Amino acid sequence: MSSEKIDVRYVAELARIALTDEEVDRFGEQLGDLLAHVNALAELDTNAVPATAQVIESRNVTREDSVRPGLEREVVLAQAPSRQGAFFRVPRIIAE
Amino acid sequence: MSAREKYVPVIGIECHVELKTATKMFCGCPNEFGGEPNTKVCPVCLGMPGALPVPNAAAIEHMIAAGLAFGADIPAFSKFDRKNYFYPDMPKDYQISQYDMPLTQGGEVRYWLDDGTIKSCRLTRIHLEEDTGKSTHAGSGDGRIAGSAYSLIDFNRAGVPLMECVSEPEIHSAQDAVAYLEALRRTLLALGVSDVKMEEGSLRCDANVSVRLADAKELGTKTEIKNMNSFRSVGRAIESEIERQIALLESGGRVVQETRGWDEANGVSVSMRSKEEAHDYRYFPDPDLVPLEISREDVERIRGTLGELPWQRYERYTAEYGIGPKPATQLLDNLSLARYFDRIVAISANPQQSANFVLGDLSRLANENGIAIADSKVSPEHLAELIALVEAKTINSKIAKELLARMWEGAGSPKALVEGEGLAQTSDPAAIEGFVDDVLAANPGVVADYRAGKTNVGGFLVGQVMKASRGKADPALVNALLARKLQG
Amino acid sequence: MVELLGAQIARGVNAREVSAREVAEAFLARAVAVDGRVGAYLTLLAERARAAAARVAARVAAGEQLPLAGVPVAVKDNMCLEGTRTTCGSRILEGWIAPYTATAVARLIEAGAVPIGKTNLDEFAMGSSCENSALGVTRNPYDLERVPGGSSGGSAAAVAAREAAIGLGSDTGGSIREPGAFCNLVGFKPTYGRVSRYGLIAFASSLDQIGPLTRSVEDAALAYDVMSGFDPMDATSIDRPVEPAATGLRTDIGGLRIGLVRQFDTQGLGEEIDEAYDRAYHDLQALGAELVDVTLPTADYGLATYYLIAPAECSSNLARFDGVRYGLRVDGADVREMYDRTRAAGFGPEVKRRILIGTYALSSGYYDAYYVRAQKARTLIARDFDAAFAQCDLIACPAASSPAFRFNAKSDPYSMYLMDYYTIPMSLAGLPALSVPCGWVTPDGGSAPMPLGLQLCAPLFGERLLLGAAHAYERLTRHADAHKPALGEVAPT
Repeated sequence: MSSEKIDVRYVAELARIALTDEEVDRFGEQLGDLLAHVNALAELDTNAVPATAQVIESRNVTREDSVRPGLEREVVLAQAPSRQGAFFRVPRIIAE
Repeated sequence: MSAREKYVPVIGIECHVELKTATKMFCGCPNEFGGEPNTKVCPVCLGMPGALPVPNAAAIEHMIAAGLAFGADIPAFSKFDRKNYFYPDMPKDYQISQYDMPLTQGGEVRYWLDDGTIKSCRLTRIHLEEDTGKSTHAGSGDGRIAGSAYSLIDFNRAGVPLMECVSEPEIHSAQDAVAYLEALRRTLLALGVSDVKMEEGSLRCDANVSVRLADAKELGTKTEIKNMNSFRSVGRAIESEIERQIALLESGGRVVQETRGWDEANGVSVSMRSKEEAHDYRYFPDPDLVPLEISREDVERIRGTLGELPWQRYERYTAEYGIGPKPATQLLDNLSLARYFDRIVAISANPQQSANFVLGDLSRLANENGIAIADSKVSPEHLAELIALVEAKTINSKIAKELLARMWEGAGSPKALVEGEGLAQTSDPAAIEGFVDDVLAANPGVVADYRAGKTNVGGFLVGQVMKASRGKADPALVNALLARKLQG
Repeated sequence: MVELLGAQIARGVNAREVSAREVAEAFLARAVAVDGRVGAYLTLLAERARAAAARVAARVAAGEQLPLAGVPVAVKDNMCLEGTRTTCGSRILEGWIAPYTATAVARLIEAGAVPIGKTNLDEFAMGSSCENSALGVTRNPYDLERVPGGSSGGSAAAVAAREAAIGLGSDTGGSIREPGAFCNLVGFKPTYGRVSRYGLIAFASSLDQIGPLTRSVEDAALAYDVMSGFDPMDATSIDRPVEPAATGLRTDIGGLRIGLVRQFDTQGLGEEIDEAYDRAYHDLQALGAELVDVTLPTADYGLATYYLIAPAECSSNLARFDGVRYGLRVDGADVREMYDRTRAAGFGPEVKRRILIGTYALSSGYYDAYYVRAQKARTLIARDFDAAFAQCDLIACPAASSPAFRFNAKSDPYSMYLMDYYTIPMSLAGLPALSVPCGWVTPDGGSAPMPLGLQLCAPLFGERLLLGAAHAYERLTRHADAHKPALGEVAPT
């Protein structure tokens, strides 16, 4: 069974992970191998089978609309990688 | 034919409405406008490791109510899906939304124009999702992303329940678009499911605009217009875009599919993106949440809470009561006022007069005194009495005005006042004739002027008769008698 | 002291025969003495343990009887414990201090347990050997040249080395059961939804479950009884009363039908291992069980199914590690560059592989062929178990295909994935399953005998039966008692 060619660069872009050329090649091979095994699923007759939505048949788990205590701002911002006053700070966002 | 007339604008409106609940969609943080940044947060809405979402039951009820109000179907099953993309104001870098099994399906918004034309626009979908945090961009001088040096994020808004409402592209003018929005807004306000304030961000909208030749079957290329901050803005922006596209096409150009940001200050839209980058959102059912099963009992129970919807009220006022579009709209824009009005009509059976009083003198008094009509000392029952007195010509409009002012101060039943103080107007022709004769005799110069052709001085003479009768003369009779005598 | 089981400690502390403080000190001392070689703990919580022990002591003194009074517990470092470093074995969370506590952990503490430390794991629970941790190496206490198993290797090693009495692990495809088998412990994964996932840093949301690693079935039952039950903070937790397991421990399983799965035949695993499992099945018979042949025709597709679903969910769950609100940030000229660099630096290769394959499986054009198809295969696997359980009450099979292997023995990713072969199908079906020690083998010319684990699996919500039967097996065979980890004498305290 041939290894399927994944466009690793494109997928890494979607996943926001910078990869070296070496990683692109290495992961490409390893994931291709995995996919070759995964493609065995095509052997199963899943036409009339529903996809598992939930392992346990649970429905309508919701909560009441009442306030619960949250986190103190200082606790939250204390571990922010970068903060400015009361805000989280990030490098400029390039509009896409 | 003008260039404009050759084309049909095709507009679709996409709204995001923040639902009015006490807490956020998936956690117990308060859902309120304003407040210090990053103070209404918890592990869940900050997307911290290990945190899990649990849906807000009230938000689901609000959605179902809104769906029913727009005539949508409420399916038996619904679920949440993850919409995956990276953005700094997205705490989990995915948004919990609904993809293929939203809480409502179909529906339409009935709206009306100033001239009373009733239209409707179908809805493509209404679904429930969570709002993102808010980012402010620094260093660019105008607060925009382009040219900014860095951005600051506040997550207070992250996780607020959001209703996304997408219309079919069935709107064909900027004016219609605004009317659609107003109808949408009125309905949601009447249901109490949102504050729907554009200035607070509880209603946000984008427009998709294209134009096609009147006889063309295919739609033109559409652009998305964003950043409109008021209804007026929406109208201006859409109009501007229609004109821009037509001018472009007329001069041989092509409309590029893009997103344009509206600049209200300068009255123009600016291209935000030069190419459409298709996002692969990789939607899949959120494994942290279980499906929603909505029983028919629940649907009917919620349907029972809807009450009369604004468009139904509008049609009742205009079609049944014969009230004009503008006054009808004015009445139903304020639910407590509309209810007050309904109570008067129930007793007086005179919607026209009821509307006149409510929107005229009563509204004036209310504005002057800063008190809502429904909170005033004028009860609907007493106002109905006043109307009856005017209808029966027991009092004239001048006396009615005076009485109303006194009722506003708490004087109570106008009937009692009229009887007690003898305020009934004089309709006795003999008595009025007496007044008229006296006034004519006392003002020979004016009479001469009138007979010489200066008919505008007739008003002065009417005024004198009213004065002589201490305001109680029936104005209609006064006019008739004066006219007869002046003709001589 | 450190030889005591959790149940014994709780009884002793409740009866005021021993104080919670003494217990804590003993286990802390043991950790200091041996963890340099074992490497179970990423963070030792000495001060916190002492404070917790003091609180337990006060409560007991005030007359309270606590189910886990003074029992030292090792907490896997993918579970939030407020104020403690919670790293998931990853650089991306290396210094992160959790601002809240996972429900399961909170319940244990409320029941009197004393957290001794946060344990090592395969990064973000992805792995079967603990070798994928970016922050430390954990060794199998029975042979320091071998892995403890994964991903809950640290918790398993801690309990095996007597550095804690109960370990908390998480199991997605076998991450409690396999290290349990490798370290001569009971490793128990409850029915999906039985134990709250709130505060468990998610790997695969529809598969993750928290469970105990212990030296006896009774301890596992005690921990389960305390941890399990509906949690309003976790919408996937089941709102259904829990039948207590600790009171259901049996000594005989007469009449019970044990299913042996044709697809899980052990002949191909080597003579020694094959014999060990044969003996285990016979022992079950000796206890009164009837052995029944069952079949799980789609079990062979378990790996393929799992290695699509789990990465897909994790690719989405790990998106939040973006350098914006917490954790590692590597700066960039713009936010996009920051994301790319942060995640490149913060995630190890196995995590990256799974995020990539998961993203791929969900992407446009591939979603139906991969993710949806896998979820359908999952339905088939669950149905297979339903059919099997029509003919038996419990299923018995190996917990792993081999005992603990040496470091670097499985450098090819797929060969590592194969370690989950026996445990994945139960995870996919959400079934409760455990591993219990069932014998010893001397692998590949090795020196130390290494333990094997027997996996038992029950139908949904069958925890009471499962633990009950495991207890009977454990009492008859006492395989775990055959060998102790050779870490040096345990100094009397």
